[in-house]
Amino acid sequence: MQLFSCPFCGPRDETEFLFGAEAGKRRPEPAAEVSARAWGEHLHFAGNPKGPAREIWLHLTCGEFFAMERDTVSHAVSATRALRGGGQ
Amino acid sequence: MSARRIRDAGRRLGFTFDGRRYEGREGDTIASALLAAGVRVVGRSFKYHRPRGIFGAWTEEPNAILDVTLNGRTTPNLRATTEMLAEGMAIRSVNATPTAEADRFALLDRAARFLPAGFYYKTFIWPDWHLFEPRIRAMAGLGRLDPANAPAAENSVLNLSCGVLVVGGGPAGLAAALDAARAGENVVLVDDGLVPGGTMLHRDADGPERAAFLVARIEAAGGRVLPRTVAWGVYDHNLVCCWQRPEGMPDRQLRIRPGRIVLATGAIERPLMFPDNDRPGVMSSEAALVYLRRHGVLAGERIVLAANNSHALAVALPLREAGAEVTVADLREGASIDAVHGGKGVEAVTVRGRRVEADCLLVSGGFTPTVHLYCQARGRLRYDEAICAFVPGEPVAGMSVVGAAAGDFGDYAIVPAWPKPQAKGRQWIDLQNDVTLKDVALAARENFRPVEHLKRYTTLGMATDQGKTSNMNGLAAMAALTGKGIAETGTTTYRPPFVPVPLPVVAGRRRGELFNPVRRLPLEAGHRVAGAVFREYGGWLRPAFYGAGDAEAEIAREAERARQTVAIFDGSPLGKIEVIGPQAGDLVDYNSYQTISTLKDGRIRYGLMLTEGGAVYDDGVTVKLADDHYVVSCSSGHVPNVALRLEEWRQDRFDPARVFVHNLTPHWATLTASGPRAKALVGALSLGVELDDTALPHMAVASGSFGGGPARVARVSFTGDRSYEVSVPAAAAPALWRAMIEAGRALDAVLLGSEALLLLRAEKGFVVVGKDTDGTTMPHDLGLSGPRDRRKGEFVGKRSLFTDEAVRPDRRQLIGLTVADGGPPLPTGGHAVETAQGKRRSTGYVTSSYFSPTLCRPVALGLVERGLERIGEEIDVFHLGGMRRAVIAVPCALDPAGERLDA
Amino acid sequence: MKGRYSAFALLREGVRGHTGWRPAWRSPEPKPRYDAVIVGGGGHGLAAAYYLARNHGITDVAVVEKGWLGGGNTGRNTSTIRSNYFYPESVALYDFSLKLYEGLSRALNYNVMFSQRGVLTVAHSPAEMEIAARTVNAMQLNGTDAELLDREAVLAKAPLLNTADAARFPVFGGTWQGRAGVARHDAVAWGYARAADALGVDILQGCEVTGFVVENGRCAGVETSRGTIRAGAVGLATAGHSSVMAEKAGFSLPIRSYSLQAMVSEPVKPCLDTVVLYPGTGTYLFQSDKGEIVFGGGIDRTPSYAQRGNPPMQQAVVSGLLEMFPAFGQLKLMRQWAGVVDVVPDSSPIIGPSPLSGLYLDCGWGTGGFKAIPAGGWLLAHLIATGEHHAISRPFDLDRFAAGRLIDEAAGSGIAH
Repeated sequence: MQLFSCPFCGPRDETEFLFGAEAGKRRPEPAAEVSARAWGEHLHFAGNPKGPAREIWLHLTCGEFFAMERDTVSHAVSATRALRGGGQ
Repeated sequence: MSARRIRDAGRRLGFTFDGRRYEGREGDTIASALLAAGVRVVGRSFKYHRPRGIFGAWTEEPNAILDVTLNGRTTPNLRATTEMLAEGMAIRSVNATPTAEADRFALLDRAARFLPAGFYYKTFIWPDWHLFEPRIRAMAGLGRLDPANAPAAENSVLNLSCGVLVVGGGPAGLAAALDAARAGENVVLVDDGLVPGGTMLHRDADGPERAAFLVARIEAAGGRVLPRTVAWGVYDHNLVCCWQRPEGMPDRQLRIRPGRIVLATGAIERPLMFPDNDRPGVMSSEAALVYLRRHGVLAGERIVLAANNSHALAVALPLREAGAEVTVADLREGASIDAVHGGKGVEAVTVRGRRVEADCLLVSGGFTPTVHLYCQARGRLRYDEAICAFVPGEPVAGMSVVGAAAGDFGDYAIVPAWPKPQAKGRQWIDLQNDVTLKDVALAARENFRPVEHLKRYTTLGMATDQGKTSNMNGLAAMAALTGKGIAETGTTTYRPPFVPVPLPVVAGRRRGELFNPVRRLPLEAGHRVAGAVFREYGGWLRPAFYGAGDAEAEIAREAERARQTVAIFDGSPLGKIEVIGPQAGDLVDYNSYQTISTLKDGRIRYGLMLTEGGAVYDDGVTVKLADDHYVVSCSSGHVPNVALRLEEWRQDRFDPARVFVHNLTPHWATLTASGPRAKALVGALSLGVELDDTALPHMAVASGSFGGGPARVARVSFTGDRSYEVSVPAAAAPALWRAMIEAGRALDAVLLGSEALLLLRAEKGFVVVGKDTDGTTMPHDLGLSGPRDRRKGEFVGKRSLFTDEAVRPDRRQLIGLTVADGGPPLPTGGHAVETAQGKRRSTGYVTSSYFSPTLCRPVALGLVERGLERIGEEIDVFHLGGMRRAVIAVPCALDPAGERLDA
Repeated sequence: MKGRYSAFALLREGVRGHTGWRPAWRSPEPKPRYDAVIVGGGGHGLAAAYYLARNHGITDVAVVEKGWLGGGNTGRNTSTIRSNYFYPESVALYDFSLKLYEGLSRALNYNVMFSQRGVLTVAHSPAEMEIAARTVNAMQLNGTDAELLDREAVLAKAPLLNTADAARFPVFGGTWQGRAGVARHDAVAWGYARAADALGVDILQGCEVTGFVVENGRCAGVETSRGTIRAGAVGLATAGHSSVMAEKAGFSLPIRSYSLQAMVSEPVKPCLDTVVLYPGTGTYLFQSDKGEIVFGGGIDRTPSYAQRGNPPMQQAVVSGLLEMFPAFGQLKLMRQWAGVVDVVPDSSPIIGPSPLSGLYLDCGWGTGGFKAIPAGGWLLAHLIATGEHHAISRPFDLDRFAAGRLIDEAAGSGIAH
């Protein structure tokens, strides 16, 4: 069972967390200037890296989103950090 | 001849095996009791139904799998070597009829040559597999499930943290635990035996005392020693799952998170390969020592001991001291086992050409370190030629391996005695699955050469013992056949659990009510007193209707009366998520399809929430209390997710210092009064709110008080009638409930359940998201295209409303349906169909359907292609092979002008 | 076919000590060029190679597999075969596959043990029965078999189901597809491999694709751990590694990979004669011909290539199983493993040309690829052989995402997500 370190609450069981998105996604706007292809890619496409990944996760208990760097093969977690400053 | 008890101590325990009565002793395992009782045949092999005896003494046992009935309950597939004997056990062999001794299918062995590994892939193709399958299924399977035995859900999961977890309480484990405890580490040691000690309990005469002494020293140094606890799996981030069998308590699961793990899991003896090596009476030499020293049972009178290593050969001495005649066949000196004689048990053994009368043949082909947990943690093994075994290779982070598990066998001399694939006779590798050396040769011949193919093709290592005594011999045989070395051939993947674990132990307490707890209303007791019948809606337990009569009749009564007088309804689960701060309006607007922030203070707007894919995710009203204070409502089942999505954008898109989201749904209870007399009822509550329609029009909110606390009154209607939602803090709910019922008495009020409410809203054409919408329905499909056409600025899902698919003219749109054939209400789930060139095609379906007591006719809603252009058109509705006729209508069937809102 | 399997052959070989059986497939050395190369030696890849040869007469084909054939998801799934879907495009796809399964053992001369014991999906409430009716009607209109069952009928098919009043998820009724069932997953891979090999296909195991050969904007072959292999066209059927391969080919996919766990109990005598899906707990199960209860549930919710799973989902699945079948509390968990499933936002596969010309996709099957092995192989072969879609694969093209034309079965049952 994985243990993730919320930057605010410390290490907790994986059941307290929800995967958000791959880090670095930007919503294309305004709608009128976004091509169908660009919108489809934003909504649905993913890097889905095998190995090191940078992801945004949510700690359900405290409601904070944070960034996590981990390996999708070994499940080793190398870093977690708050998105806007604050936290441990 | 054969085994006997030489140390008779302890209380006698009566039991039966295959219908015959025997006596064992307190402290016996089922296996030691059977051995001592002279039972040689404990089962029949899986495919060929050859007689099988007890081979091992612990978890490695492949043969002695039994069904055990105790106190009226039968548990299948218990391993005789790891189950303690209890008084009154009725034990049956598995896969044998009528008994293991006299199995009616024994003749199958004569046909063995036609039933090699994988034979079923090569035949049963004609005429049809289904003709043969039932017979094959009946022959397969071990024990028998008892349909009447539903074990209670009484198994807990305990969580434990520690600095060091030592797995295995043999000599190496005890020493490691003592060292760590003395060094001040927080140590937990788990051992799967009844008492810790591992091999100390049988290898040395004073072993048990020394083990007990070490345990006492560990505990004195602050460590915890947990016997009867088997670690079955290592999971991510060093979590270890264990199955613990405490005395006098239900079994439980331990989840241990140590800083580091020390694996001291010992090694398992493997058998030798020779013709008919599966005969009852062929046993592991180590097992014989266990039975002798721990249970006082001597495995035989005339024993042949065949081994290729110094360790096993040393067993001869204690056996002789116990009174057995032991003939030693030392493979290191060129001895060999040529044949085993005896149909149902060993009667003689041919050793290097010479026939020796014997009743027991003890074998040892060497020892295999128990590396399962190391491999589960992704450790890579390396082959150690000196001890003829795979041992842990590079260390795994957070885990070290000590003792025999690491290949540290001490003084140990061995010569390889791997299977010789060209050898004569039938030689068994996997005893439980009846896999022989010839099967491995066949696999090689057919190019199933990688070990994983070998395993799956022959099923070697896939039985309940998971190959503990067979995997090495199997891969060594393949290595010989392919000419690669054992190292290059490698092992199959080690999969948890290390031993089979009872399913209730894995499940823990998450059973019954606790599996997925339903949410309960603060007023549940009040509803029950009022005669409510409950059902689950969106995860909440809510009154479906009130009354003891027929459900349909009660629901119709409630719906009819609601429109005549006043209905009281518990709407507490409806979401109340407050959004507060200078950017509250921006966040609420972004979340919603409709613009909300342009409302005046104290006003309410109905709106939709979309997914980014443009589909309607939920609907609900939003209350604007002030420019910096909104209350977002949503359906009860979606509350956590709506709060979550608001929070996501708060943090990602807006300034979290300038807008905050609070889910206050459980803090407020909401009771609704709806109907022509609703104003009178609310007035009687003296909430301190001006109820005049100019002061409080429809879709407006006012603040008042109730019982010394706050109260909010919102005029929102899901029924289409004049409606007041009264919200008070949850603690005040019972008092409000009583007050409303009291006030309602004079007004001929009726309690309204969820079913009647669903009926009433359907008469008005109001959608229930997820019922009248599916995951593709977009707002313009519901006739709401204004914001799509006119809203400037971004909102969730906006771009998706303009894709090719979104702008198709033939999308399914929400419409009403009336019955055209004079029949009963249309079936929900029935499909609108059109027929073209003889082929029928679905064009939509019925989503809600009721008989309206107010309109005295059926009403229905549905999603139908181009529905809004086809009002008045008659269509076919298909349902389970039959057809109905319906007419497309506008969704609202009652009071389209909305006059009842202010009636 | 030489080396034909039959009861007679079994008898003959039994007398001869089974020395006359031939290798099920060769282990050839890679040639420098083939007309078609299929990346991925699982069920879909092997089926595609077989159908290239059988349907299109293209036999100069190599299947390139980095491990041992059938060792990916094909060897790890819970082997259910069904076509009880809502949208006509889905029913067309999966029913096509089901029909191919019905004739597969004979076509391949290999007993894949397709057992049409039916699939039972249980409904727990009146609301779920309404959705069930909607689905059954859709299936009947789409030309496949489906029945709506009441509580009695459901319990008759699975007598061990939990009938207690206090059951968390009571049995209200359900849907039934009688032609659906299970097969032996390894046998499907082995059957296709042997048949393809017999038609001349080279199966190259232990051969890992490390890159694509691109010339003039077209895929002209693959780089592998055993050398460069040129090809007229290349097919991709690498479940669990589709994104990795796509990245090597220079594009991305709407795929995220997760672990999907599966478990088996110790074997017992027959006690369950059908496949049961239980939406309330998310658990599904059947009893194998060996007697083991084979079961699974939802994916582990961490994007992962680990082919493992963790205790929380394991516990949820086992709890779900015991909620449905309390008597199974007598059983023990014997083995647990996981595959890597490629999850697509609409839970429908991606079949069609990739953004790289000459490279064709058969991927994105998520948790449901086994039932579609024959269809996926057939359709990928069609794409490779003709360069065009088969009518059945067209709706599943990668271009549906830009158009918003998702085929979302979960949405069909009312769930917007």
